Amino acid sequence: MIYNLPFITVVLLIAIGMYAIIFKRNLIKIAIGITIVESGVNLFLITLGYREGGVAPIFTNLPPNISPEQIPEKMVLPVPQALTLTSIVIGVAVLALILAFVINIYKNYGTLDANKIRRLKE
Amino acid sequence: MNWMQHLPAFIIAIPLFAAFLTPLIDRINKKARNAFVLIAMAITFILTIILFKEVLEKDIITYVMGAADPTQAIPKQAAVPIRIVLEIDGINAFMALISALISLIGLIFSFAHIEERGGRFYTLFLLMVVGMLGMELTGDLFNLFVFLEIASIASAALIAYEFRRGSTTEAALKYIIISSLSALFVLFAIGLLYGEYDLLNMAAIADAIRTTGLSNIDKIALILFFSAFALKAGSAPMHMWLPDAYGEAPGAISMVLIGVTQASLYALLRICFTIYVDSMHVIFPAIIIILGLISIFIGVTMALIQEDVKRLIAYAAVAEVGYILLAIGVGLYGILNNEVETYARKALQGGLFHIFNDILDIGLLFLVASGIIYITRERNLNKLGGLAHSMKYTSILFLVGLAAVAGLPPMNGFASKIIIYESVYKVSPILSIVAILGSVVMLAIFVKIFHSVFTGPKITEYREVPKLMLASMLILAGLIIFFGLFPDVIINNVVNPAVNALIENTDYISKVMGW
Repeated sequence: MIYNLPFITVVLLIAIGMYAIIFKRNLIKIAIGITIVESGVNLFLITLGYREGGVAPIFTNLPPNISPEQIPEKMVLPVPQALTLTSIVIGVAVLALILAFVINIYKNYGTLDANKIRRLKE
Repeated sequence: MNWMQHLPAFIIAIPLFAAFLTPLIDRINKKARNAFVLIAMAITFILTIILFKEVLEKDIITYVMGAADPTQAIPKQAAVPIRIVLEIDGINAFMALISALISLIGLIFSFAHIEERGGRFYTLFLLMVVGMLGMELTGDLFNLFVFLEIASIASAALIAYEFRRGSTTEAALKYIIISSLSALFVLFAIGLLYGEYDLLNMAAIADAIRTTGLSNIDKIALILFFSAFALKAGSAPMHMWLPDAYGEAPGAISMVLIGVTQASLYALLRICFTIYVDSMHVIFPAIIIILGLISIFIGVTMALIQEDVKRLIAYAAVAEVGYILLAIGVGLYGILNNEVETYARKALQGGLFHIFNDILDIGLLFLVASGIIYITRERNLNKLGGLAHSMKYTSILFLVGLAAVAGLPPMNGFASKIIIYESVYKVSPILSIVAILGSVVMLAIFVKIFHSVFTGPKITEYREVPKLMLASMLILAGLIIFFGLFPDVIINNVVNPAVNALIENTDYISKVMGW
């Protein structure tokens, strides 16, 4: 049960983020919603990479109590961590772009209410 | 060093380096910058042609990023591919060829009207090209996600390029929110597959799904992938971002954005035809077919009531995506029912040929519309009129695009649509009826635009569009007429290898896995 806790958090985070994106009208809140979904997905990737008792795959920095025979099973493949780092960097770029757009929209429309920003309706 | 071996890497690396060198070269002067960007893009295009020829003549190409021997997909000590593998078979090479061609034409068009210091536009343009080509060449799921994000970020910034008009930012905000959310869906699905198989390579995952059968996690991942890529490809119930984005983008970007959506369409093809095809339920192609029909219907009916010329063409683009999805859905349905030779091969031929034709036809119309907006500073159809008096060449080119998009005989639109009607009919006559009706309404819409924009009394005297704009439109019109007159040449030499790659999907897997 305790090991499922991160996965439950992932689902909760994605649900909260989706709620904010779909139901909130303020553009800043929509941007926050996207970052919450993104943290949920990142947490999911990190949780996938967790192995109990695993060590980082750095040979020069092994803990002293580990024997060379144990290395293959103890060392953790760092792919999920690499994926998460990439995803965080991309997320920052996207968030910066969204906020830049929001600032420009506020300058042009004088509001952040998604219901009033409708110059492009059918 | 044998440089041909590194061809796939060059196709991504050249525009990437050129993108970041552009602001530096812009410090010298504007002409040097334009020449530099043009040369970089032209080299990329030529390399994609060489790549396409290589794939046709030899075999599927794999390229392992950063390995001592770039052709060896699986390292000696391992059983599965570990590094990022670029894998190019017929369909990748076909899509990359289209994207590079359309970017080159769009770049020539952009030289005519983008006046700026600093080179921001061209940097973003080249980054968008990197995103597109990367998505189309990669054989690694996470790499696909990264390039998807690069393409989304660059194209969102380009949509908002004329940021002093507030509505462009509105469209760009819609676009970036939709595409970052769909990219997160893709990432979640990649996480699911990675958690199950410890693999990121598409061929290796396809192999694993083949051997272990389809689990529930795979099904969830399939649904996430499908909804994300269908959304990015602009199919109908999820199309609301597309008319805004295409309509507000500056000049030729509207056309190159079609290439970005088609890169997502390619990802959809790869997911459906390579990774999941063996264990897929028949309901899935049925969903694709229904999405296609809805896209055709909504595209043409919404186009009827538009007043903004670019938005109208954007809705026509939604309808064209519908034709492609319809043909692809029928092709997948045929493959699942073991009726490849009766209609599936034909349907895929029509669908893939239509991918090429869609971007040429709608692209030409977008270029003409952008030229008109550039000259007249007016986007509203009701306020434009009598332009044929002062813009002879533009109006003739618009007629070519109109005939092509409505599927009239001497043009390329007819060549691919007739194959689609014919093959789709074998599944159900209703499908072809809807498709033909869509074409007829499309003809009506574009005749209406032609009537209201080009004919009538002369209102104001305008000059003809700049020569570079005319040149890029002429290239497109020439291709449209050539494809229409000699469809066999294109189908046999360009489309059929792609169709074979989709049908004989095991080649893609065995090349990496080495069985």
